[in-house]
Parts: sequence; structure tokens; C-alpha cells
Amino acid sequence: MDELLKLLQTNALESRENLGKLLNLPVAEVNQRIAEYEKRGVIRGYQAVLNEDQLNLDKVTAVIEVKVTPSREGGFNNIAERISRFPEVRSAYLMSGTYDLLLFVEGDNLRQVATFVSERLSPLDGVLSTSTHFMLKTYKRLGVLMHQDSTDERLSISP
Amino acid sequence: MNGSPSLRNRLNTVVRDIPRSGIRDFFDIVTTMKDVISLGIGEPDFDTPWHVREATVFALERGATHYSSNLGYLELRKALAKYVSKNFGAEYNPESEVLVTVGVSEALDLALRALINPGDEVLYHEPCYVSYRATILFANGVPLAVETKAENGFRLTRAMLEAKCTPKTKVLMLNFPNNPTGAIMSRQDLEDIAAFARERDLIVITDEIYAELTYDAPHTSIVSLPGLRDRTIFLHGFSKAWAMTGFRLGYACGPAELIEAMMKIHQYTMLCASSLAQKAAIEALTRPDIDVGEMVSEYRRRRNYIASAFAEMGLECHRPLGAFYAFPSVAKFKLPAKEFAMRFLHEERVAVVPGTAFGDCGEGFVRCAYATSLDNIKEAMLRLRRFIGKL
Repeated sequence: MDELLKLLQTNALESRENLGKLLNLPVAEVNQRIAEYEKRGVIRGYQAVLNEDQLNLDKVTAVIEVKVTPSREGGFNNIAERISRFPEVRSAYLMSGTYDLLLFVEGDNLRQVATFVSERLSPLDGVLSTSTHFMLKTYKRLGVLMHQDSTDERLSISP
Repeated sequence: MNGSPSLRNRLNTVVRDIPRSGIRDFFDIVTTMKDVISLGIGEPDFDTPWHVREATVFALERGATHYSSNLGYLELRKALAKYVSKNFGAEYNPESEVLVTVGVSEALDLALRALINPGDEVLYHEPCYVSYRATILFANGVPLAVETKAENGFRLTRAMLEAKCTPKTKVLMLNFPNNPTGAIMSRQDLEDIAAFARERDLIVITDEIYAELTYDAPHTSIVSLPGLRDRTIFLHGFSKAWAMTGFRLGYACGPAELIEAMMKIHQYTMLCASSLAQKAAIEALTRPDIDVGEMVSEYRRRRNYIASAFAEMGLECHRPLGAFYAFPSVAKFKLPAKEFAMRFLHEERVAVVPGTAFGDCGEGFVRCAYATSLDNIKEAMLRLRRFIGKL
């Protein structure tokens, strides 16, 4: 992967000047490459990685395994794209194995998620069955540890 | 040091007369201060790769808590021989030509003690790692320092060695990529030096602890050049490329006669390297390219950043090509390196190491390690710019 993308994935707020310095590139080229990635849709957005457990939000996240029937034209894409459009669905993946789709669904409370599953998701044509698991605690998200203390154990000067 | 003069008089005179490392004095001051950003740390800021740590815990649970053979676990020596063959181009028999040691520091001490008779001369280049001169003296050798210069990119050339070499010179010590300058050797210079070593019948000790950390060109080891394998002791370890400094694990590869002699000292003084650290090293070698590659990319970006920051503030600095050190010149401020470092520490709370810690010819330079987070480097560069603006 382009090193520029790796750096943006680590810290999208890094200034363009610093990105240029780190990669030994002129700033103009950094700007141009980022603009191209955005235009091509490789970069879809920039988000903060939150430790939501610290915010005491009234919110639950469920991981839902869904078995579906692929349609004759379009395979899994039709049903998967349809399900992905619900705003409650934060992430959706096609999986190999005993089920087909894996969804990350957010709601204000357990009841809201249950309603989504029973009234929105399950009745859809093509959805055969669902299995819902609620998330209890986040230890790591998007490659970022949520409980890391940043002490440096090293001696302050060493040869 | 205080204490009774009568005890001091009973010390071994070589030990007594060697000054303590210039780094230690500085360290003592830094540790009394708070909120210091340190560019003075000669070890990676990365943690040891998790799979290596996890394997160490597993080894502990399984009871790998006993002595290993003096040379080290054969499984590790086999893995090392394979690694050295693949990456450095020299073949060693794991049964008799590989010795696992407590860091490269021990291996260097063993090599010198195994080779040196009192009065034998050892050629080495300065600025260099803080221990070289002392280790030669402890082995009753005579240190012959060759000065490398910033204006040549801290190159070491055959001509420079020829100017110092005498019939009493027995050993040539090399350390590239270099601590503290970040210099590496060009293939041509290395070939000339190899020819020189053959002609003068020198034993070469090459400390290649930073070999994996090069940024613009791959590292070439002198041991891969014709005729050198049989007159070279190759030293390497896990501290830098795998961020395993505290494991204290190094190794030496060389002709069986030399390894046997080193092993004799090792078995009577150290017995064996830590068995747990050896198990960790076996794990580290299972997927070296992945772990090391990611760290190298990160160091390269920091190197780029620090080099362009120096250029922007008009500080002359040889472009570091390896290791994780930059060695800018501060001579134009007309301050001794130690005073520059001391004032920078007190006025801006940033620690750098005065070049004189690495030999007298380090005067006029400071070593800045970029083995620290980019945020720290950015802040340190802001403070450096402010500091030199006041000078």
C-alpha cells in the first residue's frame, strides 16, 4: 500500500507539510495524491477513533450474523447493499463459513436493536435467519488499543 | 568518585585509569529533571513484537528455565546460521561456528580477549560506540583510533587505515551502520578495506547490530567479500532490529578456532546466555521480515523529517543512511558540544548526547536519536530552532 495512505490511516490530521517531510516529497505532490485518492473514492472519509466506553453513552452495539439467499442476478450484492443502507448498520461484510453477512448494528438500547432485527432485517426477502450478539466492552478498535498506558520504560539516556 | 584513596590505589590500574562513559555523567543530570524530551536514547521506542513476547511467556510456562549449552541452544544456532547466510552472505556451521552471547557487548569483549596479547594494536574508527576504546583497553590491547569526518559523510577508507596501521596491528574493528553518525559503507570502500585486511593479515571484528536498519541502500557485510569470512568475527544481535535490548541477546559467527577460543572465556565467565532470551530469539527469527520491515519504514520517515528540519534551520548534518541516529554539527555556535547539550537541556528540556561521548573527534557534534515518537521529534525540533535562535 502507498506509504502516504498508511500515514493517513495512522493520523489523518497530520499536516500536509509534515507528510511531505516524512515521505521526502514536495507538499504539492502530497496534496495532489490525496486529492486523487479522494476523487477515486479510495479515501472515503476521515473519522476520529473514539474510546466510546469512556463516554458512558446510552448506546448498544450488536454483531449480527445473517444467513441469506443469494439472488439469481447479483448474487449476495443485492441483499447486502439493501441491508447496508439502514443507518443502524455501521458495518457490513460478506463472510465465508456458516453464515453469509456480518453486521455491526448500533441502537440506543437493547429494545431498539431487537426491533430493528425483528421488524426491519428478518422480514426482508432473502433473509433466512439471524443470530444477534451484544458487544460488552471494546479492547481494540481499528488497530488502536483502548486501554494502553503510554509510559516509556526506557532509560532517558543510553549509549 | 569519593571513597578511600587506599582502596582506589588497589584497583587494577587499567580499570582505574579509564574514565567512566561521558554518557553516564549526562544521564545522571537528565534523570533529575522532569518533562524532558529525550533524543538521547540509543534503543528502539518500539516494543518487542508481541509474538516474541508471547513466545517468551510460553517458554517460561513450559519451563525453559535451565542452562543451555555453552554455545547456546542448537536450534537457535541453526536458525542464526540460516539467517546470516541469507542476509549477510556467509556460511557458518551451527555446531562449531556460532556462539550465542549476552548482547553484542559480551561478544565484542570475548573476541578481543580471545585475540589480544598485551601490546597488540586494534584499529577502530571514531566517532564510535562508547565501549570500544574501553573494551580494547580491558583486553590489554592498544587502541588506534582512526577519525572519520563529517565532510566525507563519515566514510572510512583504506588510506585512513594505512596511515595508522603498524606491524603490531592485529585487529580491525568495524561498526556500520554506525552509532553515532548513521553512516554506512559503500561497497567500493568496503572492498578496498577487505583487500587491506588481507594484505596486512588483520583479523576483522565487525559489529553489525544495525544491519537491518538502512534507509536508502541495502547493507553489505564485509564478511561476504572474498577471503574475509576466514579472518572475520561477525557480531550481531536482537536489540535494535527486533527492539529486544533488555533481553540482552547477541551472537558471534566466525571460524571454529576463534569461536572455540571465545567460548572458553564465555563458559568460565557467563556459562550461557539467558535461556528465555534464546527462546525469544528463536521466535523472532520465524518471521523477521515482517516485524523489521515495518519498523524500518517508520524510522525512514522520521529520518526524513529530522533531516529536513535540520536543513530548514540551517544546521549542517550528514544525511543518516542507517541506524537511528543523526549527528548534526553545532560547531558554528562556538560552544563545546557538552556545553551546547547542557544548555539545550536546561533551557529547552531536550536531551541530546554530546559528540565527545563517542571519541574526541566528536567535538562540535551532538547525537540525536530518532528512536522516539514523531510527536516528540516534532516538539524537539521546535525547541531546537528556538534554542539556536538565541545563540
